[in-house]
Amino acid sequence: MIITIASGKGGTGKTTVTVNLAASINRDDVTVFDCDVEEPNSHIFIKPENISSEPISVMVPKVDTQRCTLCGACEEICQFSAITLVAKRIMTFPEMCHSCRGCEMVCPEDAVKEDSRVLGSVHQGKNARGIDLTWGELRVGEAMSPPLISQVKDRINPGGIALVDAPPGTSCPAIEALRSSDYALLVAEPTPFGLNDLALTVEALKKLKVPTGIVINRADDAPGIVEEYAKKEGIEILQRFPFSREAASICSRGKLLVNEMPEMKALFQQLFNRLNQLLTESKEAGEVGK
Amino acid sequence: MKVVVTSSGKDLDADLDPRFGRAKYFIVVDTKSMDFEVKENTQNLNLPQGAGIQAGKTVAETGVEAVLTGNCGPKAFQVLETAGIHVITGIQGTVKGVVEKFNAGELSYAGGPNVEGHWV
Amino acid sequence: MKELTVISGKGGTGKTSVTASFATLADNRIVVDADVDAANLFLTLEHKTLENSYFKGGSKACIDKDACIECGDCRERCQFDAISEDFIIDPIACEGCGVCAYFCPEKAIAFEQQVCGEKFVSQTPWGPMIHARLGIAEENSGLLVSQLRQEARELAKDKKIPLIITDGPPGIGCPVIAAVTNADALLIVTEPTLSGLHDMERVKALADQMNIPTMLCINKADLNPETAGRIKNFAEDNGIHFVGEIPFDREVIDAMKASQSLVQFSQGAAAKAVKSIWKEVQQFMGTTLERIM
Repeated sequence: MIITIASGKGGTGKTTVTVNLAASINRDDVTVFDCDVEEPNSHIFIKPENISSEPISVMVPKVDTQRCTLCGACEEICQFSAITLVAKRIMTFPEMCHSCRGCEMVCPEDAVKEDSRVLGSVHQGKNARGIDLTWGELRVGEAMSPPLISQVKDRINPGGIALVDAPPGTSCPAIEALRSSDYALLVAEPTPFGLNDLALTVEALKKLKVPTGIVINRADDAPGIVEEYAKKEGIEILQRFPFSREAASICSRGKLLVNEMPEMKALFQQLFNRLNQLLTESKEAGEVGK
Repeated sequence: MKVVVTSSGKDLDADLDPRFGRAKYFIVVDTKSMDFEVKENTQNLNLPQGAGIQAGKTVAETGVEAVLTGNCGPKAFQVLETAGIHVITGIQGTVKGVVEKFNAGELSYAGGPNVEGHWV
Repeated sequence: MKELTVISGKGGTGKTSVTASFATLADNRIVVDADVDAANLFLTLEHKTLENSYFKGGSKACIDKDACIECGDCRERCQFDAISEDFIIDPIACEGCGVCAYFCPEKAIAFEQQVCGEKFVSQTPWGPMIHARLGIAEENSGLLVSQLRQEARELAKDKKIPLIITDGPPGIGCPVIAAVTNADALLIVTEPTLSGLHDMERVKALADQMNIPTMLCINKADLNPETAGRIKNFAEDNGIHFVGEIPFDREVIDAMKASQSLVQFSQGAAAKAVKSIWKEVQQFMGTTLERIM
C-alpha cells in the first residue's frame, strides 16, 4: 500500500506529517520514502543510521566515431537536441538527453553506445527506533528529477505500507511521486495561497484517479476555507493540526512532534488508524470487485 | 570575409539582437562589400529546447568566419567552436555599425560563452 | 535593466509574500511569477489581464486505434512505460521523445506539439505582471519560465523599465534553473528551521554554479533564534549578503486574506522589516554590473 503525502503549495507540512505519522506507530511494515529529491528533509527528522548510498544515473549516448558515417539519423529522431551533427562532427549534449534511446535504436551502423549521466543518489538507513527511510538526493545543477523519483519508488516493498513524501507543485516531479499511489493525503494550509494550490493538486489527482483525503495543518489560520472546499468536492478531512508556536519550534530543531507533545502523538495515531481503515476497506472492495 | 550578425530586423540599419539562439534574424554580411543576405530564425524562436544548438548549426551552414552577437550561451558556443567559427559577444548597435567596428579591429573574439545556458 | 529572482529552496518560506511587497514598493518594475505550477502572486496583486496566449511545450504521442495493428513495437521501444497493453498512450507518462511514432510500421501514431498552459500579461497599479498557468499535470515548466522571463525582458526594453522581479519556484530542479539563469542577483528567503538551512545550502550551491551574487533574508526569524543565528553564520562564511530578518507576524496571513501585499495591508513589525530589506536589496542591486539588453 502506498500512501503519498502531497500538497501543491510548498511548506505546508508534508514532511512533518510524513515523519510523525511513521513515528506515531510501532509497525515494522511501515517504511518512509522521501521523493522530494530536490530538497529532501525527512532524514533530518528520522535520523537514520548505517546509511547506504547508491549513485543513480541514466543512459546518455556516446558515439563511436570509427563506426559513425555522419548519416544524421540520430539527430533527426532526437526531440531534445541532445545529439547533433555540426561541421561533419557528431556532438552530444548529455544534459539535454531524456534517455529515450531513440538514437541508439535508429543508428544503422550501431555506432551509438551507452554512456551515463549521474542524476543524484538514493540513500537508505534505519533509525534507532527501527524506522526505515529511503530518500533521493538530486545532484545540484541537474534539472531532471522525475527519473530519480522513479528510482526511489522502485525500492518500495509492495507488501508493506509505504509513506511517500512528495515534492511540492503539480508538474512532473509531484506527478511522478503521486503516480500509482493507493491514496494521496494532501496537507493543506488554510490560507488563500494554500487553498489555491490544494485545488490544483486535487484536479491532478482526479486525472491520476488516486483516492484523496485532506489534513489541515495550522488549522486556525483562516478557519473554514478548506472545509468549505472539501465539502464541495466531497473530500474527507482526516485530521486537523492546530497552529502552535511550540510545535513550530520543535519542528525547526529537527525533532519529532510525537516524541515531544503527547497530544500530537494522539492526533497522528488517530490519523493513521483512519488511513488504515480506509485502505483496508478499499482493498476489500477491490477483492470483492475481482 | 563573411560574418553573421544577430539582428532584430532585415537590413543593415536594424539593431543587433542581443540573443543568439532566439535571435529574430541572422544577417550574413560580406565585410568588404557590405553585401548581405537575411536568414530567418523563426523556427528557433518557438523551439521547445535547444535553440542555441540549432542556431549554431544554422550559422555553421552559412560558412561564415565569425558571429557578432550580444550574448552566447555554452551550448551554442560549443557548436560554433566545433564548426571553427569565432564568436564576438557583448556588443550592441546597428548591424552596419558593428560590422564597421569589426572591420576597424575594435572587437575581439570571446574565449568562452558569456552567459549561462537558458537550460531550455 | 536588472533582474532580481527570489527563491528559497524549501517551499512555503514566504517568497511570494516578500516578492509581492517588493512589487508594490518598487517605483518602476515588471514582476514575473515563475512558480508556474503553483502560482500565487496574482492572488495578492490587484491586476487586470491585458493579454493572454497559449503556451506550447513538447509533443506527445497518440495512437490511432483504427490504424494500429497491435504489433507491440511501440511498447517494446518506449522507455517510459507509457503505452498500455491495449495500446493506449498515457499522456502523463509520455516523455515526448517520439520514438514510437518514428518506428511505427503502420504510421499509426500521431506526434504533435501540445498546448500545456496559458500565459498572461496583466497590469497592476505598480507596473506590469507577467504570469502563467501550467495545465494540470503538465510538464515543461522550465521552458514556460524561460518564456515568461524572455517576455518580461522584451517588455522592459520596450517600455524602458529598469527592473524585473521574479518570484521563483521552490526546489533546485528544472524550473528553478530556468528562473535563476542569467539573473543579476538572487534573494533567498529562508526560515530558521533545519530544513530551511539544509535547503538553502543547496540553493546557494546552485547560485555558485551559475555565478550569481546572492542575498539572504530569514523569515519568521524569532521562531528559532538559534537556527537563525546558524543561518546568518552560513551566509557570512559563504559570501552571501545578509539583508535582514522578518519576525513572525499574523498580519502576513491577514494581508493574504485581504488579497493585498503585506506592506500595503500592514504597518506592523513584519511589514517594517520587509521595507528595510527592500532598501538593502536595492542598494545591493546597484552594485551589480549593468548588462547588455
